Amino acid sequence: MAQRASKKSADPAANQASAQVVRDLHERMVRIRLFETEAGKLMEAGKLPGFLHLYVGQEAVAAGVMAALRDDDQITSTHRGHGHAVAKGVSFKHMYSELYGRVTGACLGRGGSMHINDVSLGMLGANGIVGAGIPIAVGAAFAAQYRGEDNIAVTFFGDGATNIGAFHEAANMAAILHLPVLFICENNGYAEFTPQSKHMLITDVADRAASYGMPSVIVDGMDAVAVHQATVEAVVRARAGEGPMFIEAKTYRYYDHQGVKGLRHPYRSDAEVEEWKARDAIDLLEASALADGTATRAELDDTWRRTRDEIAEAIAYAEASPLPDTADLLLNVYSG
Amino acid sequence: MTTVSEAPAVAPDVTSRKLTYVKAFNEGLAQVMREDENVFVAGEDVAGYGGVFRMFDNLLDEFGPRRMIDTPISEAALVGLGVGAAARGLRPVVDLMFMDFIGVCLDQIVNQAAKMKYMFGGSVSVPLTITTASGAGLGAAAQHSQSLEAWLAHVPGLKVVMPCDAYTAKGLTVSAIRDNNPVVVMLNKVLLGSKSEVPEQIYGIPLGQAHTARHGSDVTVIALGRMVGEALAAAEELAAEGIEVEVIDPRTVQPLDTETMIASVRRTNRVLVVHEAVTFGGLGGEIAAQIQDAAFDYLDAPVLRIGAPFSPVPFSPVLEKAYVPDQARIVQGCRRLLERS
Ligand SMILES: Cc1ncc(C[n+]2csc(CCOP(=O)(O)OP(=O)(O)O)c2C)c(N)n1
Repeated sequence: MAQRASKKSADPAANQASAQVVRDLHERMVRIRLFETEAGKLMEAGKLPGFLHLYVGQEAVAAGVMAALRDDDQITSTHRGHGHAVAKGVSFKHMYSELYGRVTGACLGRGGSMHINDVSLGMLGANGIVGAGIPIAVGAAFAAQYRGEDNIAVTFFGDGATNIGAFHEAANMAAILHLPVLFICENNGYAEFTPQSKHMLITDVADRAASYGMPSVIVDGMDAVAVHQATVEAVVRARAGEGPMFIEAKTYRYYDHQGVKGLRHPYRSDAEVEEWKARDAIDLLEASALADGTATRAELDDTWRRTRDEIAEAIAYAEASPLPDTADLLLNVYSG
Repeated sequence: MTTVSEAPAVAPDVTSRKLTYVKAFNEGLAQVMREDENVFVAGEDVAGYGGVFRMFDNLLDEFGPRRMIDTPISEAALVGLGVGAAARGLRPVVDLMFMDFIGVCLDQIVNQAAKMKYMFGGSVSVPLTITTASGAGLGAAAQHSQSLEAWLAHVPGLKVVMPCDAYTAKGLTVSAIRDNNPVVVMLNKVLLGSKSEVPEQIYGIPLGQAHTARHGSDVTVIALGRMVGEALAAAEELAAEGIEVEVIDPRTVQPLDTETMIASVRRTNRVLVVHEAVTFGGLGGEIAAQIQDAAFDYLDAPVLRIGAPFSPVPFSPVLEKAYVPDQARIVQGCRRLLERS
């Protein structure tokens, strides 16, 4: 059975996330929220080609996990990968340019929203194939173990993705090889338009880890500090050679599966969406930071303002960037 | 119970009206479901949501959850479910949403569905239909835009159909489901909203029979799937200059009706094959080889192929547009063939 992360640790010092951590989590979440909200607006304005799977609502997971990692730790992501990329530090300019299909984009305009990567930051790519990133993270963890390096790998995936064979094969492989890899399940309750109750009979996805001998923990995915603390513990284990760990974060996406809205089928109720929004991860963190004096309103507002400016600049940069040259159509089919 | 496979595969002459490609598919599927209790549909978000491309709209209302089944994201299990159910006499229609996803369930398609009848000494048949959407043009990038018909057509035991318009989408779907073998129905994403005349009543289009979409005497263009429309447009453009292009739509790429193509080539003496898939290793090579085998002496020019460059499908719309063959490239190809005396 998966453990539920307890709200309070026995050690009172551990309960007090440092002010620096709180500000870090806040900044990462704000960056994701604004990046995504603006991307959604650009899509609605017809400026972006292709598909856009927005992450808004799930920010606490990407922020909480990434704040526990080093730059040389590797991550693999999903079709809903912007939040992970932003939290790992991929530049807004590269990301927006990619959404626009510009040659200055993270994939030189070849990949689009679903394939954003930055190898220099350990971002081994978003992925258009559900579950496909999971074995790749296991491979990255293997490389670290093989070379005797202490970086780790983290793979993000949804509840739906744990129904695919790649998840089960990779989990077993990671466990049996004691690899330094964290399995982060962002359980937002839906696989596209299918609720969890209709695609699996268990309530806690973390239970799946048990069949591979992998320890697991369940955290509140709207509580960035809780996600962060659980991850820190898992990271310590993994770096110490104690093998993989599974973290299930219960969270929610505010927008539609793809795009912003366009719900032609009422697969979830407005009331349900509002219920989750009432526990918005950024609001919660801000409220507790203000209550315990970790931050002032002015400081928090400053983060929003700086990020807004940076985003406006990145969008302008993307719009002014050149399109790829069709003469380079075969670029990188083979390289190296 | 009468089995649908015995039903005549003819298009009756009835009132027709314009329908979109996706609606025509949906209507054909619904009609076969009414006809045969054994037909059911399984796939991700096909029932409650009606399919991400609206292919299955309203079918849950009519057929209920016993015959319209939303499955987990488990493509290998999904196709395997279809294989096992088909071997026990049902007629599963299994949806793979984007064709690219066959990558995660290729074993069930290639090693199981395709070979079961053969390996079991003919004692079992696998009347499985796999529906999926292929093709570029939506900015969906390298993992959601491929045309992988050559992978599948290479495997003995599988049939592969590529409807080029609403009329063929309905007729080929009906025949695919009525067929006693595994058939992959490759719908094209860009065509989903395109309209053509579609008879109201149920009809099948015979699998393995090419269709001459336009008659002409100067060049034969053999076009697959969405390229049929591009080829017809190219033919109109060239007709203004007095060049008459014959356009052949194989409709089924496995089995492939090379006879119709060869007969045409013997009349026009020039042939261009065009498909959306990558040229290298694509079906254009197979078609060209068969034509050379059977009609070498009739050719006034080498068989020309047009397809995509040897690259994954790019995201950026400028690159994607340059990537997919179109009317202009077909016109150019025809001109090049005619320049050779
Ligand atoms: C192999 C494969 N099957 C199906 C899809 C289509 N698809 C894209 S996202 C998605 C749902 C994923 O659900 P989940 O893993 O819970 O992630 P979420 O979208 O909730 O973040 C599906 C079915 C795909 N991209 N790849």
